[in-house]
Order: sequence, then structure tokens, then C-alpha cells
Amino acid sequence: MSTLEHKLMNTTETVFTAEFHSLDGNGLEKAKKYADRFQGWFDGVSNVATAIAIKQLGLEPILQIVCRDKNRLAQQADIMGASMFGVENFVALTGDDVTAGDEPEARRVFDTDGPQLVRLMSTIKRGEYMSGRKIDPAPHMFIGAVENPAAPPFEYRVQRVAKKYAAGAKFLQLQICYHQDRLEKFCAGVRDAGLAGKIAIIPTVVLVKGARPLNFMHNSVPGIDVPSDQIARVESAANPAEEAYLQTLEFAQHALAQPAVRGLHITDFRNDETLERLMTDLGRVRQTTNSSTTNEVKDDHAYSA
Amino acid sequence: MTTFIATIEHVVKGPVWGCQDCGQCVLHSTGMTCPMNCPKTLRNGPCGGVRENGHCEVKPEMKCVWLKAYDRTQDWPLPSSWKDEYNHLRPPVDNRLKGTSSWKNFFTKRDRWTPTGWKNSTDESVAQGVDH
Repeated sequence: MSTLEHKLMNTTETVFTAEFHSLDGNGLEKAKKYADRFQGWFDGVSNVATAIAIKQLGLEPILQIVCRDKNRLAQQADIMGASMFGVENFVALTGDDVTAGDEPEARRVFDTDGPQLVRLMSTIKRGEYMSGRKIDPAPHMFIGAVENPAAPPFEYRVQRVAKKYAAGAKFLQLQICYHQDRLEKFCAGVRDAGLAGKIAIIPTVVLVKGARPLNFMHNSVPGIDVPSDQIARVESAANPAEEAYLQTLEFAQHALAQPAVRGLHITDFRNDETLERLMTDLGRVRQTTNSSTTNEVKDDHAYSA
Repeated sequence: MTTFIATIEHVVKGPVWGCQDCGQCVLHSTGMTCPMNCPKTLRNGPCGGVRENGHCEVKPEMKCVWLKAYDRTQDWPLPSSWKDEYNHLRPPVDNRLKGTSSWKNFFTKRDRWTPTGWKNSTDESVAQGVDH
């Protein structure tokens, strides 16, 4: 059982997960550098191709499988391949469209959609491929999905949570949300639908250095709307980097106080000491030993803190 | 004959619903809104990329197909059994049916065929879970 699954299913502890950086060359060396920064702080770290490397570096991966890039055959192959190396946490995403990325000329796949992919994962967890072919033994899987509490139609987003829960999702990472009122309504909706305690809600916050990345997210990342007063707050501050940090801390504290919320997912665009500062300010104590309970794959490169 | 029916269906449903000839029509459960017009061809609701004005992430000039479907399901005088199906989990598309008549596939029940593994993954079997 993964640490993430253990904490969410068997304890009331708050969990922290993080988005793993894009490596863009110097793969394993860079992966180790980033892993060292994250080590001891997080219960799970996510990215597609690097999940196995992350596992070998002693962190617990959360493998994101995306409908945009792979058809149902490739998705099942990815799940089985990652399972072979002890990856247990999986997240199903529909994915941003190819036109939102830096290779907009690519062919989009979308052979499955997010809820279908959750059900496909549940099928493998039960010990069958989609075709019905048996998998023996079935891989141990802890299945999650994503949702955007800040995109229309707002009132329908909670019904999607119910749909993904019925399909087999046990946790739900949320898109970055700069509208506290929308997050509040969403989390209250999850609670009122009787889903608190059944599916763990994990909102996302971002560490940024100033107003530029806020503008970028607002203008270029699908589904993220940053209100102008939040951008202005950082832009007009005497010390924008400090103000941006305080803003993130506020959003993190606010998110953690919402019903049905069981933890926080952190995307670090700053790559500086504020990651440690944020975790400390949120009351997290860095683990001195590897907290993973299912760390079968270890090698000489494994990080020891 | 099969091609003839498919042609008639295309002529009728194309201009009215923007039918994409997927051969497994779910219009009744989506507020008479064809989900195959979603650029991501999503069959189970809107993605997280819907813009503030309710328009599509991929085609900014177009209202999100699933917002339309949601509004129509609420507002249009459709049978309640159809409205109830809005939140059902629709299976992945059977790509072999592309270009065939969904009318024919409905009457032969071909459009409700799903692979064994998918069929076995009911809400109940998933809820029951498997502990290894």
C-alpha cells in the first residue's frame, strides 16, 4: 500500500503532494536534484515518464495518465508497465488540448475521456484488461482523478466528482483555483453530496515569484482564471516576490480549511527556498527517513536524507 | 440497404444536430447535443478547460458543447428518463461503428455492446473493490 493510500484511507492526516518538474535533458541527474528538494516533504509526486525514476530515487510517484496523448491500449500498457516497478498511485486526466501546448500541430487522441479512464483503471485493478483478458495477480492500485472547481458549469462540477467516485476514484486533485468563493462552494457541494470521507479532495496551489506567471496562467493555461485584483496585489507590492509567497500561503491555508479537503498539491514555479518555507508555515515537519512503506525498488542512487 | 439508412440518417441528423456519424448515438441523454462536436470528443461531461464565458478551450468562438448539453437537459421538455441518463457513465466509443447507422445499431443493440472487462466493471464491482 502506498503512503498516500495509507494516509488517506486509514488516517486523518493531511497529505501533501507535488508536481514534479519537467526534466528537459540530463534526465536522471536532474531528477535526483529535484527529488532531493522534495524528499521528506511530500507523500506523492507526479509526472508521466519519470514515475519510475522518482520511485527509484526514494520518492512516491503519482503517475498521471492523460487521454490527450494515448489511446486505450497505450494507457493500459503504461499502467501495467509502471505497476511492474511498484508504482501504485495513478491519476486519470482528460488533459489540456494540444493547442494549449508548445506543439499545437500534434494530433490529439482522446480515445477515452477522464471518467472512462478512471473506470478503465478500476478494471485493471479488478484483474482484467478492458477486453476481459485476465491479469493475475492484479496490480495494487490507488486511483485518483482531477477536477476544476473554477470552470463553468460550477454547479455541475460536484456531479462530476460523484461520477468519478462511482467509476473508482478515491482522491481528486484540483486545478489551481484563484477564486476562493468557487472553491468554498465546490467543497461544500462535495460534503453536501455525502462524498466527504469517500473521496479525498486535494486542491492545488502554485509558488510563483511575481505577477508575470500569474498573467501567464490567466492568459495561457486553459481553465485558470486569475482575478485582476489578485494579479494587481502582487504587481503593485513593494516586494512582489514576498507578496506572491504570502498570497500562496493564504490560498493554501484557505484551501486546507475547506470541508472534504484532505491535503494539498503544490506546483513550484519558483524553485527557491519558499518551498521549504511554505511547508514549514503549513506546519509540515520534514521527514528524516524515507516515509514510503512500499519502496521495493532502490538502488545506489537512492537519496538518503 | 445499410448504406441507404446511414445516408438518410446523415441527411436528417447532420444539419440539425451536427451529427458526426459515430454510429452510437447518445443525443437523448445529452440534452439533444452531440458530444462528438466537442473537439476532445468527450462523452462524459465538460473538461476543466471551459473558459470564463462558457466557451470552448480549443475553439474560443464556440460555446462548450457540454454547457449546452447541461442547459438543455435542465430547460428542455425532455422525458425524465432521458434527463436521468445525463449523469450515466458512457463507455468509450466503439470506433468500428464510425459511419454506420446508429438507428440500425440501436435496433440491433449493437450500439450497447461493450468489451467484457468494461462490462464486468459495474458501479457495484468497483465499489466493492479488490484488496490485494
